[in-house]
Amino acid sequence: MRNVSRTAKAADHVFRVVAGFCASSPAVFLLLIAGIVLYQSLPVMHFMGWQFVTHTRWDLGNLYGAMVKKNGVTAPVGASYGGLVFIVGTLLSSAIALVIAVPISILTAVILAYRVRGAIAWILSILVELLAGIPSVVIGLWGILVLVPWVSASLAPFLKSVLGFIPFFGGQVGSGYGLLASGIVLAMMIVPIITATARDLLLQVPLLAREGGLGVGMTTWEVVRYISLPYVRDGLIGAIALGWGRAMGETMAVLMVSGNAMNILPSNLYSPISTMAAFIADQLDSAQTDASGMAVHALSELALVLLVITLATNLLARWLVRPRLGRKKAGVAS
Amino acid sequence: MKRRRRRSALSYLGWSVAWLAAALVLFGLFDLLVSVVWHGVRSFHFGMLFTPTQGVAGGLENALLGTFELVLIAVVFAAPLGILGGVYTSEFAGRRMAAAIRFLAEVLSGVPSIVIGYFGYLLLVLQFHWGFSALAGGIALTLIMLPYILRTTDTSLQQVPHLQREAAWALGMTRSQAIAKAIWRPAAGGIATGLLLAIAIGLGETAPLLYTAGWNANNPSLQLTHAQVGYLTYVAYTYLDQPYQAARNLAYAAAFVLLVVILIIQLLVRGLVWRTTNRLQGRH
Repeated sequence: MRNVSRTAKAADHVFRVVAGFCASSPAVFLLLIAGIVLYQSLPVMHFMGWQFVTHTRWDLGNLYGAMVKKNGVTAPVGASYGGLVFIVGTLLSSAIALVIAVPISILTAVILAYRVRGAIAWILSILVELLAGIPSVVIGLWGILVLVPWVSASLAPFLKSVLGFIPFFGGQVGSGYGLLASGIVLAMMIVPIITATARDLLLQVPLLAREGGLGVGMTTWEVVRYISLPYVRDGLIGAIALGWGRAMGETMAVLMVSGNAMNILPSNLYSPISTMAAFIADQLDSAQTDASGMAVHALSELALVLLVITLATNLLARWLVRPRLGRKKAGVAS
Repeated sequence: MKRRRRRSALSYLGWSVAWLAAALVLFGLFDLLVSVVWHGVRSFHFGMLFTPTQGVAGGLENALLGTFELVLIAVVFAAPLGILGGVYTSEFAGRRMAAAIRFLAEVLSGVPSIVIGYFGYLLLVLQFHWGFSALAGGIALTLIMLPYILRTTDTSLQQVPHLQREAAWALGMTRSQAIAKAIWRPAAGGIATGLLLAIAIGLGETAPLLYTAGWNANNPSLQLTHAQVGYLTYVAYTYLDQPYQAARNLAYAAAFVLLVVILIIQLLVRGLVWRTTNRLQGRH
């Protein structure tokens, strides 16, 4: 037997170390992102305290006037950084997106998994994945060209006339730019994510379980409703949470159709809003013009809040879709 | 009898609603493609590819070149990091370590792109004094593409049968020799697919670049820092708000070019996947 040469051994070792270094890069970057964003938001944390998440007024103050000192931090006179409007906007728009996207994607996934096969199934799946690959700017463009005019001319008046007696659906219909349009655009972006995951889950439902349902006289729909969907429930919830995280972090498409509201909470479904992500993207100029640097720190805290919320949702999603082999097997056997 | 009829009616109703939902998704996709292509084709002309932006009109040459420069920089960083990281995860790491790396990569891919952009602004643009620059934008894109490349590399290596590794080790190869000479071959298609999809993602990103790359109406120089670069998605986003038809046309054209490039990459990837799966099926 030939011995492995010393150079080969050394090369193996070097390769291993380099690869290990590369594999650690996601962890390094994550720590770096969290650390920098946290560090840069400290001044505003001192300045605003918890009012950052409870106040609605976002005002950079008089950028050319005197400075005031509060809680040991210097800021322009009249400055106030209250992010509640954006937090509410983020939560509401992503909630609307979920209300629209969840039933549509689950039903589409049922069709993709059980009703089409062969070439058609392949093409339909590719089309759904194609939707996932379309850049958010392009979806935003579609939002401005097609969706917003349609919302203001047809959908919003229709919803108001049918559901207007419910408080949140009544009131001013507005220009079309706002909560409803943002929700629909976000739904468009998370439908492919939820659909693809749900289809893969539904395909894993054992054939025996489904045939058993048919065997006891269930209709095909009842098999889906009472056997397949309950079987994949945990995974579905995880997929939805994943889509939710994506919806909250989405920037460009929302920025283009949200109406960029500031300092005012949405009063109904058609009000202009802004989300944390969209607002950060929108505030580039103010971050550059504020000589005190407080605008940069304030946006940093907004980014931190967004990061924490999306990571929490993501972790929840991972925890829900974690493989539980033991339990799954027991479920099949019983 | 009545009950059975009610149940079969309900079944029909359920399936009809499901088909409607699927039709709605397809309709949304086609409506999007048709409206963007329609506006794009009407405002696009080939001269745009060879003229830089002038004021609110002109062409897209600077943005196109800038996009390619940014994505190229991102690939230069993300491809080695992602591929070697994926190799480590699949081939060297123990079970727990591999699970931890996969988890962290997933978490990184869940970080909103605007947060990555803002992080780039805070660290690279302000702290390192690079200014809005190609390198800052490229690194922001790296963070978007890295977890994707790592994951696809890892998955495609995992699909290589263990026998192939054992055969290579039995010949006296070290682990890295086995990877370099034998194991990478069956996985190469999957890795290339992942890389192409990551490039498609990078091409379409805007949020990470707003705060890192800036905007430039001239063609990109090869200067990495202290020189802003233009990119396509910026044109599509910013010029849409301008009150001039010429500017809006430029935005439509930019979105159209972007869409075409990304669709071509996606179709290429599908073709690649289709070919490799066919070949594998033929072998068995």
